[in-house]
Amino acid sequence: MPLQVQGEVLSIRKVGAYNAMTVVAPGMAELTKPGHFVAVQVGGPESSMLLRRAFAIYDVKERGVYGGTVEFVFAVHGKGTAWLARRKPQDRIDLVGPLGKPFRLPASPVTATLVGGGYGSAPLLPLATALRERGCRVDFVLGAGSADRLFGQLDARRIAASTEITTDDGSMGRKGRVSDVLPALLDRTGSDVVYACGPMAMLRSVTDLAAERDIPCQVAVEESMACGIGVCMTCVLPVVGDDGQTRMLRSCVEGPVFLGDRVRWDDVGTVPPDVVGSLNAVGGGH
Amino acid sequence: MTEQLTVVPASGPEPPPSVDMSTTLAGVRFPNPVFTASGCAAAGQELDQFFDVTLLGGVVTKSIMLAPRSGRPTPRMAETPSGMLNSIGLQGPGIDAFLEKDLAWLAAKKARAVVSIAGGSVDEFAKLAARLRGHQVAMIEVNISCPNVEDRGQVFACDPRASASVIQAVKRSAPSGVPVFAKLSPDVTDITAIARACVDAGADGLSVINTLLGMVIDTDTMRPALGGVTGGLSGPAIRPVAVRCVWQVRQALPDVPILGMGGIRSGLDALEFVLAGANAVSVGTTVFGDPTAPVRVLGELAHALAARGFARFEDAVGLAHRPPDLHVPEGPDPLGDEVTP
Repeated sequence: MPLQVQGEVLSIRKVGAYNAMTVVAPGMAELTKPGHFVAVQVGGPESSMLLRRAFAIYDVKERGVYGGTVEFVFAVHGKGTAWLARRKPQDRIDLVGPLGKPFRLPASPVTATLVGGGYGSAPLLPLATALRERGCRVDFVLGAGSADRLFGQLDARRIAASTEITTDDGSMGRKGRVSDVLPALLDRTGSDVVYACGPMAMLRSVTDLAAERDIPCQVAVEESMACGIGVCMTCVLPVVGDDGQTRMLRSCVEGPVFLGDRVRWDDVGTVPPDVVGSLNAVGGGH
Repeated sequence: MTEQLTVVPASGPEPPPSVDMSTTLAGVRFPNPVFTASGCAAAGQELDQFFDVTLLGGVVTKSIMLAPRSGRPTPRMAETPSGMLNSIGLQGPGIDAFLEKDLAWLAAKKARAVVSIAGGSVDEFAKLAARLRGHQVAMIEVNISCPNVEDRGQVFACDPRASASVIQAVKRSAPSGVPVFAKLSPDVTDITAIARACVDAGADGLSVINTLLGMVIDTDTMRPALGGVTGGLSGPAIRPVAVRCVWQVRQALPDVPILGMGGIRSGLDALEFVLAGANAVSVGTTVFGDPTAPVRVLGELAHALAARGFARFEDAVGLAHRPPDLHVPEGPDPLGDEVTP
């Protein structure tokens, strides 16, 4: 059950190319699980920007001097996130959360590989902690375009048995993509599960590499959303259900975490002809 | 209503003032005039996590078609100044699943369901209306104006004869005693001509307005921003257009109930529609940014009416059409946001 909270900004800090914002949001922390996200109003109550911005929850504190807090990480992409980056402690922002379906955790202690692209690592860090608490081994692969676009590598090193870093320009770790180091890691650790969050192209390649090894893979997708609560139908993507049928599912309520091999990566951005209710259906529809 | 003319800000936690907020639409009484808008609230369940949807006058459900429908490709949304474009394309589960899950939920909840139906043909509209027989439906809204269809020729609300055919067919097959409202498009030369055609064909009321057809080009990709190329523009950006349409329809058809919508964000926005002639209002796009907006707007509207000395909501309906006042009060307008020199 999500909450809508007018929360006070407790802190905002620059982390490389990103911003990490902590907001006092009583009641929200207790409900949050790794993979949940918040939807943030931008521009204030009279803003001309009507739509919420969705960010994965990075860290929560259930209690403290200020009451429960929620922390999320964001990059400045446009006017809305630029406004958010200008907030100061004690400013108020309107948050809705926790939203979405979180990562599912294994019942037994397994070996888990977590793959984060850019600030897609944010929800993976609390996930890693939760996995460790269950006795799982955790290995991280974090990748980004450049060193300043990595997030959480220090946290990752603290939590995980191993952490491999890749950057496109070689400014930190190995020059290349996460998919360059992932196969060897999966084979070396005998990973039982893979979790990933980051750009769609990365999620797709991680899904493929895991599938080649029959390793179940959960991915948290980044689809643009207008509401975050399931009413606007903008954030859909083609996902295969248990019945083998593909439906256009909302990443905000049916996701953002999906089984990687259920997402039809080739068809994201389209409505394939065999989707339930497709307008392009062969011999049907109108 | 002279001395104590003060605008009360957002309703907040205090109890609503004692204004009779009830409204009657084509013989059906609703406890208050604030509804959700079709396509902006699904079928109420998601919003019910944030507030009790039975507090609203009615829940207008997302337009439903006969068969399941997957809609248009993504991206389906582009934010625009004080608004957004959408090209969802009527994604939905089809009437069977809708009746079984969504409408059943609203009925169990005792929410007043206003079912929006959309068809690709006159026959589909008629079949949809027939399927509602025996179900708890407070009202039917006929979406003849969705801009997100492949063929502009399918926008029935652009043509008086096509609109009339749909309404006639729906009226023939709809459950008796359930008012049928036609949802109009602003993308026409004369909205009153379409309004009149619908009413002559049997519409019990009119929903004014649907989105405006719009387009955004992404200057990075140098292509249309939406997968569907064009989309429907909604939000406060279209409010003056919507108020104008309500005004024109009220003037042309003084006795026809109007459900007004288009960019309502606050109680004062809602009051504009009411004064222009709306008997009830829908809060739509604002919900995406503020899931509790419909109840907030209801509280703010009640306060705004009380502040203006109204004891009954219905006394404010269409009041902007009254003849000029005989005497003009001196001094700046105490209700205005800004003082005009």
